[in-house]
Amino acid sequence: MTQAPEVVEKPEGEGPPSWLERVAPRDIDWRSLVIIPSLAVLSALIVGAVFIVFTEGLDAILPAYRALFSGAFLGWSSISETLLVATPLILAGLAVALGFRAGLFNIGAEGQMTVGGLIAVIAGFSFDGLPAIVHIPLALLAGFLGGALWGFIPGLLRAKTGAHEVITTIMLNFIAFRSLDYILKLPGIQAEGRFDPISQPVLPSSRLPRILAWLPIDGAGGLRLHVGFLVALAMAWVVYWLLFKTTWGFEFRAVGANPHAAKYGGMSVTVAIILVMTLSGALAGMAGGNETLGVLGRASPGFTAAIGFDAIALALLGRSHPGGVVLSAVLFGALRAGGRTMQVQSEVGIDLIVIIQALIIVFIAAPELVRAIYRVRGGKETGQLTRGWST
Amino acid sequence: MRLELKNVTKRFPGVVANDSVDLTVNSGEIVGLLGENGAGKTTLMNILYGLYEADEGELLIDGRQVRFAGPGDAIAAGIGMVHQHFMLVPVFDVTENVVLGVEPTRGPLGHIDIDQARDDVREISSKYGLAVDPDAVVEDLPVGVQQRIEIIKVLFREAEIIVFDEPTSVLTPQEVEDFFAIVRGLKEAGKGIIFITHKLGEMLEIADRIAVLRRGKIVGEAEPGSATKENLAEMMVGRPVDLVVDKSPAQPKEVVLSVKNLVVQDERLHNAVNDVSFEVRSGEIVGIAGVQGNGQTELVEAITGLILPLAGSVMIGDQDITLASPRKLHQLDVAHVPEDRQRDGLVLSFDLVENLVLDSYYAKPYSKGIVMDWDEARRHADELIEQYDIRTPSALLTASSLSGGNQQKLIVAREFARDTRLIIASQPTRGIDVGSIEYIHQRIVEERDEGAAVLIVSSELDEVLALADRILVMYRGRIVAEVPGSEATATDLGLFMAGAGV
Amino acid sequence: MTAVVDAATLVRAPAEVRRARVRGIIYLILAVGTYGLLASGTEGDVIFRLGEVAGDLDWAVSSKGLATFSAAVFGFLGGWEVTRGVGRWSNVALAIALGIFAFAFLGFAAAGKSLSLVGMLDGSVKAATPIAFGALSGVMCERVAVINIGIEGMLLTGAFMGAVMGTIVGPVVGVIGAALAGGVMAAGLAVLAIKYRVDQIIAGVVINIFALGLTSFLSAQLLVENSTAFNSPGVLRPIPLPLLSDIPVLGRILFEQNIFVYAMFVIVAVLSYGLFKTRWGLRSRAVGEHPKAADTLGINVFRTRYVNVILGGMIAGLGGAYFTLGSVGAFNENMTAGRGYIGLAAMIFGRWHPVGALAAALVFGFADSLQVKLAILDSGIPSEFLLMAPYLVTIVVVAGVVGAARPPAADGQPYVKE
Repeated sequence: MTQAPEVVEKPEGEGPPSWLERVAPRDIDWRSLVIIPSLAVLSALIVGAVFIVFTEGLDAILPAYRALFSGAFLGWSSISETLLVATPLILAGLAVALGFRAGLFNIGAEGQMTVGGLIAVIAGFSFDGLPAIVHIPLALLAGFLGGALWGFIPGLLRAKTGAHEVITTIMLNFIAFRSLDYILKLPGIQAEGRFDPISQPVLPSSRLPRILAWLPIDGAGGLRLHVGFLVALAMAWVVYWLLFKTTWGFEFRAVGANPHAAKYGGMSVTVAIILVMTLSGALAGMAGGNETLGVLGRASPGFTAAIGFDAIALALLGRSHPGGVVLSAVLFGALRAGGRTMQVQSEVGIDLIVIIQALIIVFIAAPELVRAIYRVRGGKETGQLTRGWST
Repeated sequence: MRLELKNVTKRFPGVVANDSVDLTVNSGEIVGLLGENGAGKTTLMNILYGLYEADEGELLIDGRQVRFAGPGDAIAAGIGMVHQHFMLVPVFDVTENVVLGVEPTRGPLGHIDIDQARDDVREISSKYGLAVDPDAVVEDLPVGVQQRIEIIKVLFREAEIIVFDEPTSVLTPQEVEDFFAIVRGLKEAGKGIIFITHKLGEMLEIADRIAVLRRGKIVGEAEPGSATKENLAEMMVGRPVDLVVDKSPAQPKEVVLSVKNLVVQDERLHNAVNDVSFEVRSGEIVGIAGVQGNGQTELVEAITGLILPLAGSVMIGDQDITLASPRKLHQLDVAHVPEDRQRDGLVLSFDLVENLVLDSYYAKPYSKGIVMDWDEARRHADELIEQYDIRTPSALLTASSLSGGNQQKLIVAREFARDTRLIIASQPTRGIDVGSIEYIHQRIVEERDEGAAVLIVSSELDEVLALADRILVMYRGRIVAEVPGSEATATDLGLFMAGAGV
Repeated sequence: MTAVVDAATLVRAPAEVRRARVRGIIYLILAVGTYGLLASGTEGDVIFRLGEVAGDLDWAVSSKGLATFSAAVFGFLGGWEVTRGVGRWSNVALAIALGIFAFAFLGFAAAGKSLSLVGMLDGSVKAATPIAFGALSGVMCERVAVINIGIEGMLLTGAFMGAVMGTIVGPVVGVIGAALAGGVMAAGLAVLAIKYRVDQIIAGVVINIFALGLTSFLSAQLLVENSTAFNSPGVLRPIPLPLLSDIPVLGRILFEQNIFVYAMFVIVAVLSYGLFKTRWGLRSRAVGEHPKAADTLGINVFRTRYVNVILGGMIAGLGGAYFTLGSVGAFNENMTAGRGYIGLAAMIFGRWHPVGALAAALVFGFADSLQVKLAILDSGIPSEFLLMAPYLVTIVVVAGVVGAARPPAADGQPYVKE
């Protein structure tokens, strides 16, 4: 056999943007994981400052941002709050990130959190006399299952009818909110003696214990950080393991990257879509359970506090990688916790945080934009993530 | 009109696609541009057509330098291009496709004068002998007719120089003759023609002059009168090329694949495969010849489990796999090299390790239960890269970093390295370099000699003639001929491919 | 090409037949449910008032009869789908069946009472308006293959700008300002999606988040405290068209509406003509179906996309102004409440055609109007469930329809020039 000549050819497949490269990349290089996001955050803060000037004046910037920073990082209390807020963000972020990895856009984390949180609360006050060691996992599991159901529905619809999950999950969000309003006024659920929609409080045996309570700070029960934070970190590890070390994860990623090749390889795209949406919903449901069992102690309308939408930004910022999601969640937790302090101590309202977060997403989603502004070189091009309306 | 490309150079990251290319075309002549896949022909033509800009060199028309900012400029200058992959909007009708971009309009709002357009199309159609129905919707039309539309498009814009990029890949040998008649007619009408192909026989037949491009450089010119296929091939590739595949006679044994009365619908619910029956035995290569679009794609997809047939049966040995999934077929040691390697065969953003276990990850040794053993997969990948001569610095690069030929070798490596009972290879050497083609052909014959049953589906007649022990011809969803490989000729097969056997 | 298939050799039913059977079974279940819930046990007549004044043009019909009829329609459709499949008219059949069901539902809820049907239809048109604007915006963008999820955000920005500009200067400037605001948002989407090749769905979601945050922030910081200065634009009065508005029934519904409704109809007509009869339309659609082909013919794919997306944004912005200047009279946080997404569903339901989008929007508008009416009628259904109605309908539509519809071929894919 004659030796085949060395043919130098243009690599095929480099032209059109590679599927998940931008949001769920293989190699995490420093530029894309640290520098660009940092610059994105910086840019967002700068633009945020512009908004402050526009509404409150130039001298409002410094007190606002100082309050923001101290509320997020300075002192045990701030750190506790930051991590506390980060906890449901981690879980919801994992939910969205898992979806992205499989090419699915789960905007329904809000609704899944709502359903999960509600079911967790019901489990929380329904079983009297259980020891905490049983009640807590039971209630968390209930939240997991509630969210799983709310993720299963759009997953099934997408797999079987091609109905795009962006629309169905958003619709299910609204349906979840209205259902919550209704259920919270039902006799067995509504709190005694109340006429507004608010649930009974959960039993103490189902509340997630605080982990920093031994620190001698702050009256009224101490710092609020609870065990849910550790649960969230554990789930981050589980999702990592699932995605990169198991056959399931390989299938999810393949279906996300190229469903045709996945099918050729013997994978069931239908099963993958349904499974991913269900697991994604379950994670979001856990976030809901976390909030209700760890912080609020009950369910009331709006308890999800737009965490599900933040989760989208998180997943993008964290490149749909569990580690990245954790870091981004802490960042967003810092923004929120700090934002509350900012709202209280300065005249700038908390909606500014929403703008900053949106800007962060913009800058993250358009890395070329950041590069252009700051003249940072390198990196891969792309952006294409989802598949449009068709299956 | 005289068109000259002088010293044209174009670079992409890591590769020089065109290197100081000189080419001249005059009105009334047919210049052939010959080169293998990846030699730079399409890049050169894209520069000519204004889709790319050359890094160095110039374009001259009648001695004047011209610069094209986009296809609009090239079209205005009288250059027309009939692309290899048709640039037709499937949901528009013929007229709309022809006038797109140069629509005749009436009134200030840009209302399209569709009647005028239709008349214009009919006029060109009859003048140049290109029969089309102006109101037919393009996606319903057969490929040969679509090609005529592309030619009408070019003539509608009053092109003086027409470039044909691989125009015959979708035609039967008879249709190629008709097509050549049209091309000669255009030459008589004074058009200058650049004819791009990698098919040596056609080049010798149609061109007045042949320029050979190899790795971006013009390495020689040839006159059809004096050149032979062998010297053209050698110029094209840079070394003597074996145009025939070395193989010993087949020794077929028991029947492995048995297809009976298969009916498969395409997405538009027509019977793409319409009552097909055939067998493939262990130790033989069966080739299915036919112009693309006669049901071969659907046939292979149905056999390999990617789509479900409507009626009929497919058996492996005595196991019914008619409705079986790709996974089941994999478990039965069926290997499939798919037609569209980037869409079906690879996940471009995955690395080579992941791609090499794409269809075998689910079982030992690459996984136990739900847990993947990536170390084992990596070992396997390193071995295969070595064995199958896949040119890459590392197994951890993404598949998108490989050239077309190496991507195909990767898929072949993945499929052939297992125990294989049946191999189904669809268009196995489409769009890849000669070296890789030779390699893959060799491996296919080796597999056959080790006892596999091999089914090849290819629209390259030469490939089928070279490889197959037994040849079936597919036309409009049916098998219309069966010929032993040793007796088959291109002419006979061509007749069957055009429907003569029906 | 003759088929070689006979029942004996068939190994499975073709996809279409299976889908039809699933639809058919669902219809049959609905038939049973409708009869059981709405017909049995229902007494009395419902009086649909078609005229302006009670007694003018009334239509009395037995509630039970109406419900039975609806059940029968479902049953008939179910049988038809299961045995032979309705085929191309499936969508229309679904729409008609849903419409009849809606009437039956009304009949059930209002048994023994009277209700103004004209009022309901009038309300439907009004409710459909912002949805239609959203859908039309979607059509503009998707016809050039840019998915615009950001319609919700554009509506919201338009609403905000309409309120503020409407207060500071006047309603006309408010409307113009709203359109411009929508255009600016769309320009943002266009830059992200076309130039930076951000995933279009993400870019759209970003626009929505940003718009929500921005309008809520500015609303909280500025509008709440200074509502007279910034947030009291007033509502544009309906303009009855002479002669046409005197037509019974239709007159009030179609010809006595405000400028937004008229604009909606005009835009539908203009877009339909433009897309299918003009040079601009042909080129735009080519860009959406096969951008590479358009490019090779000298059409500037990028510019076409930019222009169409920005125009689409302006339509959405205009639609947003309907909320503040055409309906409520002031801006409230997040007042669009998902109408942008419903507009997207209407666009899909209407198969990416302006007229189809309008028809679909009217269906959704009817669902909305139905929900309002049922709440007033005190039908015994909790208000929370009624509020869910438009969202449930959207899911049904998207699940039942998408499979058969074909978006522009290059939808959602950024165009890469090498």
